[in-house]
Amino acid sequence: MKLRYLTLTAVAFFSAFPLYYSVVVASRHNSALAQVPPPLLPGGNFFANVARVFDTVPFGLALLNSFIVAGSISIAVMFFSTLAGFAFAKLRFRGKNIMLVITVATMMVPAQLGIIPLYMLMIKLEWTGTNYALIVPALVNAFGVFFMTQYLSRALPTELLEAGRVDGCTTWGLFWHVVLPAARPAAAVLGMLTFMSAWNDYFWPLVVLTPDNPTVQVALSTLASGYVNDYVLGLAGTAVGTLPLVIVFALFGKQIIGGIMQGAVKG
Amino acid sequence: MRHTLDTRVSPYAYVAPFFLLFAAFGLFPLAYTAWVSLHEWTLLDEEQTFVGMRNYGTLLADDYFWNATFNTLSIGILSTAPQLVLAIWLAHLLNRRLRFQTLFRVSLLVPNVTSVVAVVVIFSQLFGRDFGLINWVLSWFGVGQIDWAAGTATSHLALSVMIMWRWTGYNALIFLAAMQAVPRELYEAATLDGASNLKQLVRITVPMIRPTIIFVVIVSTIGAMQVIAEPLLFGTSSGGGGGLVTGGPDRQFQTLALYVYEHGFTKFDFGYASAASWVMFLFVVVVAGINYLVTRRVKGGVI
Repeated sequence: MKLRYLTLTAVAFFSAFPLYYSVVVASRHNSALAQVPPPLLPGGNFFANVARVFDTVPFGLALLNSFIVAGSISIAVMFFSTLAGFAFAKLRFRGKNIMLVITVATMMVPAQLGIIPLYMLMIKLEWTGTNYALIVPALVNAFGVFFMTQYLSRALPTELLEAGRVDGCTTWGLFWHVVLPAARPAAAVLGMLTFMSAWNDYFWPLVVLTPDNPTVQVALSTLASGYVNDYVLGLAGTAVGTLPLVIVFALFGKQIIGGIMQGAVKG
Repeated sequence: MRHTLDTRVSPYAYVAPFFLLFAAFGLFPLAYTAWVSLHEWTLLDEEQTFVGMRNYGTLLADDYFWNATFNTLSIGILSTAPQLVLAIWLAHLLNRRLRFQTLFRVSLLVPNVTSVVAVVVIFSQLFGRDFGLINWVLSWFGVGQIDWAAGTATSHLALSVMIMWRWTGYNALIFLAAMQAVPRELYEAATLDGASNLKQLVRITVPMIRPTIIFVVIVSTIGAMQVIAEPLLFGTSSGGGGGLVTGGPDRQFQTLALYVYEHGFTKFDFGYASAASWVMFLFVVVVAGINYLVTRRVKGGVI
């Protein structure tokens, strides 16, 4: 029993320590890193270092872009996933089961391998260097559809829909007046999960954006690949770039974890 | 009449956005990769010449390609195998009445909320040769300064630690979700029979959550085969030199995806990079298939 708590505490320590230590480094001067033993407590240089981050890369623009991109994607994913989840969970139509199976199967497709034609497509659409290239392909995804299907088939009483039909609701009316309100708790969790993964997305933005109009992650990688190895600068940027997510997670961690575990149950 | 049209068409209209989007930005690019790979096709040229299988021939004769294949498999095994065992064990520890249950779960997921850029920047500092915390701790045990990024084995180890740090807790939560569905009575009966904790894990839990284990193994495999951000960023922020895309000066940690990136997005040789992508796709299918069969059999033997 004691061993259980000891192990879990150790794991919690190793999960949190790298983040803590990054704040330690980010609040020091580069010269402090050469000390033996290395500093283990935060220093007083944090805000000066953050100011340097804003001087080195367009970090304000990066934050704005990331908020726009992650925000739009989250709203769209919540909406379209609830819409499709409603159809899969509660409506009857030919080919429904096979379409749901296909949806889940697409989660296994290594889409990254199509990145070259995807990039060529973005050139054709003249979306390279713009947020469209990040937002449009991400408007809805299989995980979201499956997640909302699971939730609505469990949590939305069919009688409620039948009552709506009797009152003369169209399918769209049912979706708007019955389904959307009922879906809110799960949609909120889906929105947070989507926001976090969109905020953290790195590879595709790196390919399709330019350093002068970056997202947070692209700006961070520019910082980290400077000519001089300026760890303090890189980690100060990391701390600011991670902060919005830490806040979201600190407030809603329990719900987010619940959401991940719900989505996983089907295995 | 209007009503039947509504009930007939609406469901398709509601699921259509997903399928259209996936077709346009998921399936089409993947399929088109095969077509591009049969051409001499660069960013700048207006004309694309059909060259048949020539790109594939060049690819399979390239030592760097096989080097990247080896690195991908090596990092994949090093990061995935211990990670899954650890994740199952952690889930097992959490699958009890426990104080601070939420706190432990939240702390498990913290690494997964951290972006891959942040993870690599932080760990590059921790793995630093001269002032890294890890070398400092190792020096207590008389280990000399290790230049983690420089060696093949050490760089693979460092990258695997980063991948494990980010994903173990997430997978533990997935396993935990599955474990909570296992009937309690099975454990109670086993406890009465005097089965140890470990024995219960191996004999009851693992067979009962087998579908989830297979699922996680497949997803992790597909993910591990495509690892790119970690080596790409490690190459820049470890100060090892040799540029962004080569995975260290001796290509000691260039993965397959990074190899594709090098040819596609620094040399803009789309045809050749597409051929590499397509071969990589075959590798993903083969390795995932092998792991599927192995996972099924190994667990079957345990029961």
